[in-house]
Amino acid sequence: MNRNAACRIAAALVSGAIFGLGLSISGMLNPARVRGFLDITRDWDPTLAFVLAGAVIVSAAGMALVRRMPRPLLDDRFHLPETQVIDRRLIVGSAIFGVGWGLVGLCPGPALASLSLGLPATVLFVAAMLAGMVAHDRLQGARLWQRV
Amino acid sequence: MATYASGLLGGMLIGLSAVILVVSNGRVAGVSGIAGRLLQGVQTATGTAFVLGLILGPVLYRLFLGEWPAVVLVASWPIVVAGGLLVGYGSRMGSGCTSGHGVVGLARLSRRSMAAVGTFMATAVATVYLMGFFQ
Repeated sequence: MNRNAACRIAAALVSGAIFGLGLSISGMLNPARVRGFLDITRDWDPTLAFVLAGAVIVSAAGMALVRRMPRPLLDDRFHLPETQVIDRRLIVGSAIFGVGWGLVGLCPGPALASLSLGLPATVLFVAAMLAGMVAHDRLQGARLWQRV
Repeated sequence: MATYASGLLGGMLIGLSAVILVVSNGRVAGVSGIAGRLLQGVQTATGTAFVLGLILGPVLYRLFLGEWPAVVLVASWPIVVAGGLLVGYGSRMGSGCTSGHGVVGLARLSRRSMAAVGTFMATAVATVYLMGFFQ
């Protein structure tokens, strides 16, 4: 393993840890708080809007920096999505995701981060989420195969 | 007010996490994408490191503040399983979740991410609204 590859692994670890710490501080590790934000007609908790605003502002500053960089610090090129097409898969997939997010109040980041608390319900959620991901990739693979 | 301030601070840390990953590795900090690629056996070293870091986050919180962050999940087990399956399937089909589309995509002014965030916010709000009639 060259030095850059080791540094990339370290950067991913630090990035993940700050992400998990940020989720914990923001209160968004808690599905009850997330559902409180989604519950706009009853007892609305606007906190998630502050979390998203803080995250997007800092992230946007980083993206402005990225536009001035010829390449990332530890890799020879950026790996950012370039497609701009809003297709059926994007909308249907996002709609399905939103239903699951609303049902439980967990999305992939908080679900994985809260594994450290070892609660049976979040462990079960993560297992089902990973099964859903595998199911998608299998079915989608099959569909692509049929199309050929 | 304090909860809004901690929300903003925590959100800024989440943004910082995304900046670190894109500036150093040139990658989007999208949790569903990272987890999905891990399941496919792609980019396993950095993916595993990111997920381990994510799990370490609440442990760091406990070290700094002396208590675990609150996690209250009241949904019944069948709902938890159904929610997990839909979140996993939908995030792969829609190429992202709250982190990839929400934090990074919106910051990049991606039209796809704006459409994705608008869609999943709408269906999540509708789901919570409808569930309110059965509780």
